[in-house]
This record gives sequence, structure tokens and C-alpha cells, in this order.
Amino acid sequence: MRAYVPVLLLLGFVIANAVLIIGISHLTMRARPTPVKSSAYESGIPALGDARERFSVKFYMVAMLFIIFDIETVFMIPWGVYYRQLSCAVPLLASGVCPPGNISFFGLGEMLIFMAALLVGLIYVWKKGALQWD
Amino acid sequence: MTGGDIIEAVVKSLIIIVALLTAFAYMTLYERRILGRMQLRSGPNRVGPAGLLQPVADGVKLAFKQAITPRGVDKPLYLLAPAISVVTALSAFAVIPVGPTYNIFGRAIPFHLADFNVGLLFVLAMGSLGAYGIVLAGYASNNKYSLLGGLRAAAQLISYELALGLSLVGILMISGSLSLTAIVEGQARGLWYILVQPLAFVIYLISAIAETNRAPFDLVEAEQELVGGYHTEYTGLRFALFFMAEYINMVTVSALAATLFLGGWHGPFDLLSGPWWLLAKIILILTLYVVLRATLPRLRYDQLMRLGWHWLLPLALLNVVLTAIGITLLQ
Amino acid sequence: MAIAPPRGDTAANGTQVILSGDSMTINMGPQHPSTHGVLRLVLDLEGETVTRCEPVIGYLHTGFEKTYEEKTYLQGVVLTDRMDYLAPLSNNLGYALAIERLLGIEAPPRATVIRVLLAELTRINNHLVWLGTQALDLGAMSAFFYCFREREVLLDLFEMMSGARLMTSFIRPGGLMADLPDGWIERAESFLREFPGHIVEYESLLTENEIFKERTIGIGILSPEQAQALDLTGPSLRACGIPWDLRKLAPYCGYETYDFAVPTLTGGDVYDRYLIRMAEMRESTKIALQAIDRLPTGPVMTADRKIAIPPRAELATSMEALIHHFKLVSEGFKPPEGEVYTCIESPKGEIGFYLVSDGTGKPYRCHVRAPSFINLQSLPPMSVGGLVADLVAIIGSIDPVLGEVDR
Repeated sequence: MRAYVPVLLLLGFVIANAVLIIGISHLTMRARPTPVKSSAYESGIPALGDARERFSVKFYMVAMLFIIFDIETVFMIPWGVYYRQLSCAVPLLASGVCPPGNISFFGLGEMLIFMAALLVGLIYVWKKGALQWD
Repeated sequence: MTGGDIIEAVVKSLIIIVALLTAFAYMTLYERRILGRMQLRSGPNRVGPAGLLQPVADGVKLAFKQAITPRGVDKPLYLLAPAISVVTALSAFAVIPVGPTYNIFGRAIPFHLADFNVGLLFVLAMGSLGAYGIVLAGYASNNKYSLLGGLRAAAQLISYELALGLSLVGILMISGSLSLTAIVEGQARGLWYILVQPLAFVIYLISAIAETNRAPFDLVEAEQELVGGYHTEYTGLRFALFFMAEYINMVTVSALAATLFLGGWHGPFDLLSGPWWLLAKIILILTLYVVLRATLPRLRYDQLMRLGWHWLLPLALLNVVLTAIGITLLQ
Repeated sequence: MAIAPPRGDTAANGTQVILSGDSMTINMGPQHPSTHGVLRLVLDLEGETVTRCEPVIGYLHTGFEKTYEEKTYLQGVVLTDRMDYLAPLSNNLGYALAIERLLGIEAPPRATVIRVLLAELTRINNHLVWLGTQALDLGAMSAFFYCFREREVLLDLFEMMSGARLMTSFIRPGGLMADLPDGWIERAESFLREFPGHIVEYESLLTENEIFKERTIGIGILSPEQAQALDLTGPSLRACGIPWDLRKLAPYCGYETYDFAVPTLTGGDVYDRYLIRMAEMRESTKIALQAIDRLPTGPVMTADRKIAIPPRAELATSMEALIHHFKLVSEGFKPPEGEVYTCIESPKGEIGFYLVSDGTGKPYRCHVRAPSFINLQSLPPMSVGGLVADLVAIIGSIDPVLGEVDR
């Protein structure tokens, strides 16, 4: 956990920095509101309706797919990090190299199966038109 | 953790913040000067010698602008949004190593704030969190253009994020570590990863430009379409925070690109010491940013989505497979 | 909160856009960076898809057409500059030709050739502004500065001959304000000789740029039938495949004697409109160079003293000249009763002047067929069904000037 302490410290400073700037803005920036000035900008004339109406988000399907694919990506990260070990039948040497003649296709095959599943999914949603949200 | 460690961390944190804020200020000037050169004009050159004080003048101007808070904004979110943007932007730099370990005042000081085993994930996470600032700003502003900008930020995130993450898997496989320091050391021993992962570099760079909302992917502000997008209703320093976040993000993703692909602080010759090498590489990538901005039209957001899902994602997967096969055969 | 009832419109391809009721009504303009002035569009958006687009005009209403009735024919020239302020000489020309037809006179040969030369330079000027802003609308910022570099040369030329960069008022009924100053022709010629090289420069930024093509090909398509039904003229019509150019079909100022082509394409989309205008700049360069080659010597104003204001030098020696001067300045010339419609091919399309004379020194009525105004009605059918980003590209491709729309 120790390694994280400096980051938390930085985070503290950074938050303080943001608060400071917003604080300064309260001190230096003076507000002189008028009814027109404080209306929301909509090309210089009174707004038609409200920005908080129900609103159509066309890409929600892609967003859902994104979550699924993103999780699958996360699985690949630990696999990637240990790939050298996974592709070696015996433990790696200290230099991180596999002793000669000990290639294993376990890691590769494992991931190819996983990736094939992922690709089939991608092709399926692609062909289904789920990525065509317009 | 000793007192010395704490002091070291405090000093480093402050250096990071000050350095990034300075980088932000001078990046704006650098960008405007380069744009000027490319566009047959000189850019700001009146404030101070060669315009070097222009960022100061801009800062002072922004600080004394009128504070306009439109009616109907969601006040807490409205103020929180720029803070989120700038906090995530500044934090992401924490794990990037700017140099090897140096001996200063008889103390071995590694030139990075923190080096933990998921350093790379931390940078990516902070980058993605930054999108919250934009989405919230769009929602809180009670402005339709801002809302559209915020929605575009969400659309953009789901377009490039997969490819961004996947493009880095190849590097992890070669280096066997998520620690950025280990990745740089791996490159210092062997080849820079741009030579073994050129496809990943291109995918990363495209995705990173999309992540920082810069041209040709500056959809969320797109002044010709959405006037200012998510920051339409922000004035003065509050606007400056978004601006700050954008430029610091550029510096961060450039630093990350340099670290992951261009050998980080490792240089081919001993001409410069580590941090200067890194700086030179960052400036190189930032220049690319500016040149792209001056050259390219903007993509539409459905086109960006198509680019991300139909091109970058399959290519990134291909890259992973090729890397896996390559490593297995070379073992 | 009341939710606006769903509204729909018919897309360009005839399909009815189906609405789910989640549409958002938004004002785009009058104060918006890419509505080319103060055009206001009331949009219904579903997501970012435009389901209704309703142009609202009048934010730049100036009452020019009414003002003409209070001005002598000569004074009216200055109003034409201010309508389409990107192509003032073209407007001057249309107005002058209309009055000349009313008067039954013709400008001297030198004036006619110079008019052609100026009309084509104005076309280049207009297309340069269009190209710069179209690229800017799509987010490509640099092309704008390159276009304005060349436009600067043109504006310098205009200033050299007329004293004004934008509001030239140089082409007058009966001829020109004055002859071209010394050295003008040489400067214009050297510009025209190097200009095709600059066009190549702009094209290298845009024509084969994948993003630019992606943003413009297949966007804002109009079929030839639709374009004709909407009374579209100018480059936008020619991009639909209809070779309609008044310089060929109803030649004026001797255009029939010049060698030039009318570029047409069949796509009818934003990209084709871009290509057409680029080709037109090349053709204009050709015409302007031909005009320079054949430039005759002679007067540039009609010799008819009832119309042309006498030269300054004569006023001191000739009583008659002084009287003419007084009458022309105070009352203006008086065309015979009648009405006339004259149209020319302006950079934006057919600009026509409909003048009614009641025999006095001021027009009884002056109506302008403004191409910007009429072309603008093609905006809703082109934009419905597209995205907001497409709409911006389409507005740019119509090239409207709001001063002319709102007259």
C-alpha cells in the first residue's frame, strides 16, 4: 500500500489546487447579473423549451456493448502481463527469458479461444447493425 | 514511511503540479505560435519578449472576467465539473517516470512520484474519469448545446476507449509488467517499443487524441456546431479549469506515449539527461497535435464511433494476436 | 413541463422521419458561429438527428428594396454593394445592366470588357470566402487563412481602382466610375497567372482529405428535379447536373465571345458543390485573362451627357456641363416609363433586378431576385434526416449571405 501514499498526497494537493482556483474565481470575478445575461445561451434569443427535457440518446446500444467489451478487455490485461510465463512450459529464467526448447502454446491457445469468442460477438453485433445507430 | 519519504513526496507533488501548470500555460502559447506560423500570421507576440508573457496576461484576464452563472444551472455540479476535469488531469501524471534514479543530497531519488504495479491502469483510469467532468458540465449547464456536447463526450468515450486499452496489451506482453518504470527500463535494455509495436503506436495515438478531445476529434466543443459545447456556459477561471484540463491531458498522453513507445527518459545518446529526453519527446508529440489541428477537418461523432469500432478495435485485437504469436515463436 | 408535440418533416429522399416524441427544439442562430451571419434555424433534434429545420430570416432586414424608391438610380448603386457584400461588383453589374436596358443605352466596349474582368474577379473573391468558411465549418481552420491571403490581393486591387475594398460601387449605369488606374492591369494579371497554383494548394488541403470526403460526400443530396422545383441556381444547381449558367444561356457583356466551360457534376451533394466552385474559380481565371488580353482602349463611360456625369475639368469651362452636372446630381437621369427584368450569373446564382420606372428620376419599384434568399429554401429538405454536423456543412455549401437574404 505504501506506494499509493504519494499518489494520495498528490491527489490532496490537486484537489486543493482546484478548490483554490474556484475560490479565487469567487473573489476576483464579480457577478453583475441581469435577467438577459443570466439566461442560458441559445444563439442569442430566448430558449425554446428547456434543456432538461427527455432526450433521445441514439448510441445507448453501443454504450451497452461497450461495457461488455470493456470488461473483456480487462481480462486481457493480466493475461498480457503473464504472457511470457504462459507461453513457457517451465518457469522463466531470472532474466525473463524462457529456457530454449520449452515453448508452450497454452497462453496463445487460451487467448485465441477467448478472442475468437470476442470476435464472434463483435461480428455478430456488427452484422446485426447494433453499431449503426443512425 | 519515514519523514524523509513524506517530504520527498510533498516536494515531488508540488513539482508535478507546478510543472504541469507551467506546461499548460506555455503549451497554449506554443500552440498559438505554431498555428500562427502554419496560417500565415505570427500568433501572439506582443506581451513580453516574443509573447512569452501572453499566458500570464490571459490568466489575469480570465481571473477578472465577470462571473456569469446562468439561471437554472445545477450549481453544485456546475462547480464540481471543472474541478473533476482538472483533478483527474493533474493526477494522471503521478506514475509517469520522468527520469532514472538520481542521487541528490546524498539520497537516492527516483524520478517519479509513485511506481506501483498497476501504474499504466492508473493513467488510463484517470483519463477516462476526466470524461465525467465534461458530461457533468454538459448536464449541469441547463443549455442544450452543452447537453449535446456532454452526450458527445460519452459517445466519444465509448468509441476510443476499447482500442486505447487494447493497443497497450501488446506492450504489457513484451514488458511483462504494468509498471511504467519497468516498461521504460525494458526499452532501455532493448528496442524502443515503437519499433516492435508500430501498429499499437498508431492506434494509441489516434485514441489518445480522441481521449483529449483534440482536433480532429474535438467534437465535444466543436465551436462551429455546438458553439462551445460543454463549456458554453462557463466564464473566467471556471472556463480556464476546463482549458487547463485539456492541455494537461495532452501533456499526459504525450508523456505516456513517449514512455510506452519512445523509450521514455531513455535516449540513444548521452547528450541529454533523462528528464530532458522525455521533455523533447513530449514536445515532439505535442507538435504533432498542433499540426493535426491546423490541418484536418473534424470528424462527425458517428464517424468517430465507426472508426473506433470498425477499424481501431479489430486492428488492436489483431495486434494482440500478432504480438502473442511473435513472442511465442521467438521464445 | 409541456413537451412539444412530435413534429416531422419529409427527408430529401422522400421518407417520412419517424419521431418517438423525445425530440428537442433548439435555436441555431441568429448568433451562432456557422450560420453565416444572422440566419436563425429552429431545429427539432432527436439525438443529434435533425427532424425539422425551419429557417427564420429577417434578423438583418435593411429595407433596401424600399430604400431604392427614395434614391436616384445612380444613388441606388451603393445599396447593391451592401446586399451581397462578398460580391459587390457582381451586384453593381446586374443593377447597371437593368438600368441601361431601361434607358436603351450600352456601355462602351472598354467598360464592358472591364466589367467582365471585374465580375470574374468578384466570383473568385466570393468563392475564396466561401471556401475558407466551408472548410472552417468542417473544422479545418488553415484553409481559411490561405484563402484570405489571396482575397487580400483582390481587395487591394478593388481598393486601388475604386478606393473601397468591399463597397466598391465601381460599375455604374452607363459604364464605370473611372478607368482603371495605371499598373492595375499588370497587378491583376500577375495575380491571375499565379492563382491556379494557389487553387492547387487549397485542393491539397481538402480534395483528397479522407475526413473532408467523409464529411461531405453523400451529405445534403438534392436530386435535379428537387433542385429545379426549389428554384435553385448557381453552383449548387450545377452540382446536381443541370448546366444552367446565364453566362452561356443568356449571355450579357459579350460572354458568348469568351472561351470557358460550365462545370457540372451529378452528385448533388456538399462535396460536388465544393468541386464545382473550385472548377469555377479556374474558369473565372481563364475568362479574366481573356478579358485582359482583349481589353480595348477608349472611354469607360457612355458619351450621353443626359446620363453620364460630366468630368470635373469641364465644369470650370462649360456652362452646359455645369447644368448637366446639377441636374444629374439633384434629380438624376430619367428613364422612360416601363419595366425591366435583367439577370446575371452572380457567384451565388441568378441575381435579377426588376425595375419599374414611372418616368421620374427615382425607380417606382425595385425588386431583387436574390440568389441567397431563394437558394436558402433548399436547406430544410437537404438537412432533415442528417446530423447537426451535416447541417453546418450544408449551410456552408449553399453559401448564403444574409445581407442579400434579408434585403
